[in-house]
Amino acid sequence: MAAPASAIDTTRLPLKPVDFSFEGPFGTYDRGALQRGFQVYKEVCSTCHNLDHIAFRNLADEGGPGFSEAQAKAIALGYKVPADPNDKGEVFDERGVRLTRAAALADYFPGPFPNEQAARANNGGALPPDLSMIVKGREGGAHYVYSILTGFHETPPPGFTVTAGKYYNPYFEGWNISMPNTALTDKAVTFTDGTPATIDQEAHDVATFLAWASDPKMEERKRMGFGVIIFLLVLSGLLFAAYRKVWKSAH
Amino acid sequence: MSGHSTYTPKSGFEKWIDQRLPLPRLMHDTMQTFPTPRNLNIWYTFGGILTFCLAVQIVTGIVLAMHYVANADLAFESVERIMRDVNYGWLMRFVHSNGASMFFLAVYIHMFRGLYYGSYKAPRELIWILGVLIYLLMMATAFFGYVLPWGQMSFWGATVITNLFSAIPYVGPHIATWLWGDFAVGDATLNRFFSLHYLLPFIIAAVVGLHIWALHVPGNNNPLGIDVKSPQDTLPFHPYYTVKDAFYLCLFVIVFAGFVFYAPNFFGNPDNYVQANPLVTPPDIVPEWYLLPFYAMLRSIPNKLMGVIVMGGAIVTLFLIPWLDTSRVRSCRFRPLMKQFFWALVVDCIILGYCGAQSVDAAAFGIPLVWVARLASVYYYAFFWLIMPIVGLIETPKKLPASIAQSVLGDSAAAAAE
Repeated sequence: MAAPASAIDTTRLPLKPVDFSFEGPFGTYDRGALQRGFQVYKEVCSTCHNLDHIAFRNLADEGGPGFSEAQAKAIALGYKVPADPNDKGEVFDERGVRLTRAAALADYFPGPFPNEQAARANNGGALPPDLSMIVKGREGGAHYVYSILTGFHETPPPGFTVTAGKYYNPYFEGWNISMPNTALTDKAVTFTDGTPATIDQEAHDVATFLAWASDPKMEERKRMGFGVIIFLLVLSGLLFAAYRKVWKSAH
Repeated sequence: MSGHSTYTPKSGFEKWIDQRLPLPRLMHDTMQTFPTPRNLNIWYTFGGILTFCLAVQIVTGIVLAMHYVANADLAFESVERIMRDVNYGWLMRFVHSNGASMFFLAVYIHMFRGLYYGSYKAPRELIWILGVLIYLLMMATAFFGYVLPWGQMSFWGATVITNLFSAIPYVGPHIATWLWGDFAVGDATLNRFFSLHYLLPFIIAAVVGLHIWALHVPGNNNPLGIDVKSPQDTLPFHPYYTVKDAFYLCLFVIVFAGFVFYAPNFFGNPDNYVQANPLVTPPDIVPEWYLLPFYAMLRSIPNKLMGVIVMGGAIVTLFLIPWLDTSRVRSCRFRPLMKQFFWALVVDCIILGYCGAQSVDAAAFGIPLVWVARLASVYYYAFFWLIMPIVGLIETPKKLPASIAQSVLGDSAAAAAE
């Protein structure tokens, strides 16, 4: 990147090295991390961010956070979604407020804002991205999410001035990020399983949860791949034996 | 298709069919008894592998098309729905998207193999030309396919590529508008690209049919590049090459499965998991890896029209190879000088691909990559237009063996067999 001679290079820093349970050919999602990560999303991130591609039923899916169907249903009941027209054909009440109903398993997580413009108006003009695609939609995936979330406390180098209304985060391209540095802090949540809620732990867990949200079929995929490759190796062995036998007299 | 048919109908029914539609005879003569040089090596298994790739793309593609919605507002969502909610939809999509990369990997090996062993030389010019036509159709199909998920790279890739046509003087902008069906890439563009993406593979299949038909007239070339002289030089296609192709195909599928199940997004770009947004241009617009060498040529030339001509010329050149090569010897095994230029071309194409993947103003070892790409483009053209004709005339080839059988079996065995 060619930067103007006077400015400093604001290319994002190399992402933090951190281990995730789902990496490697046999890696699976850590259920505890998924459930804690969901709690972080629910209590912190969801204030501004959507989770568009995840339905409440997905919380009870195989290879997911491992909630029971009853638990997923209970979580859904805590959310309000826009209701269908009532028996008078109305979708707004007499005060002009949108009618809602409690969410069910088949519903998708409702976003915090009714539309993009409302989201921007509440976030200084910036649009908080949908988190259900963030891990596969960014170079570095879960490492990127973790690095951004834990990258705020570093003080900017001399010569770099943070733009008004933005925050310094060297893991974000350009170093100016619209997400506030108070978005995720130590003890932002109280984990139900008693895990100490350090910012590192919270970031690690929510990155795991969002990795699942991006790639919910990963465990099924790796498991099937293992069987497929074992099968192909055996088949290759048989074909090689057949090949040797057929060609024995040919050269 | 050529030569003497050895098919004898065994039953009354087969005889009845044979007199009316001799399809069993065709299958027997082309896939069973077809005399094939006995010295074909691993690089000759890629023809069969490519047929497999085409079949996989068509089958998975038909299934995906049952669930995909070609609409600028719904396409991105429909792909995510395939990935999350359609039974084994993730498998179909990852096989299809990685299948495109595997298809190109195989086609590049197949093409370089043809180039190395002189498989384009008389009497096989039409096999080569049909092959280049298939390659061109593959590039078009892959490009249309990459647009369909309607991610950021889909949209901006489509914008960059269709805009190339606007470089044509006078009529260019009108052609671009005509291609888009709109004044920019949009819903109309997506729908026609989906239609063409569904159509072209069947045209490819038809040209593959011609490619194989043309192959069965002179028969396979071989690593020695010498003609088949006696039945001793050949083996029946079945079981010798069916089993050999099957074994190597299986190894290829292991690599394929490795990507599908363990690194399904390896060839992809994270930006394509962000929905297309005409208002936000990604910092670097990069095509899929298999188009990068041509993209590097295009970008290395400041003038847009000249860039398009250089890039197009690089593909047109491939059609002319049979007449650019003046050598009387086919195989590079006996062409010590050409062999070195050949490997330099392989490296050259990889360098071009690398340049195409980097941002425009990037540098390697302090050298601006745009200059590296320029030099590499010059070598690409020089290889075909200067080195091929000149080296063919000045090079002294090594002595060719008397026959394929003699080379494989040794003098005594070949003599004893006669």
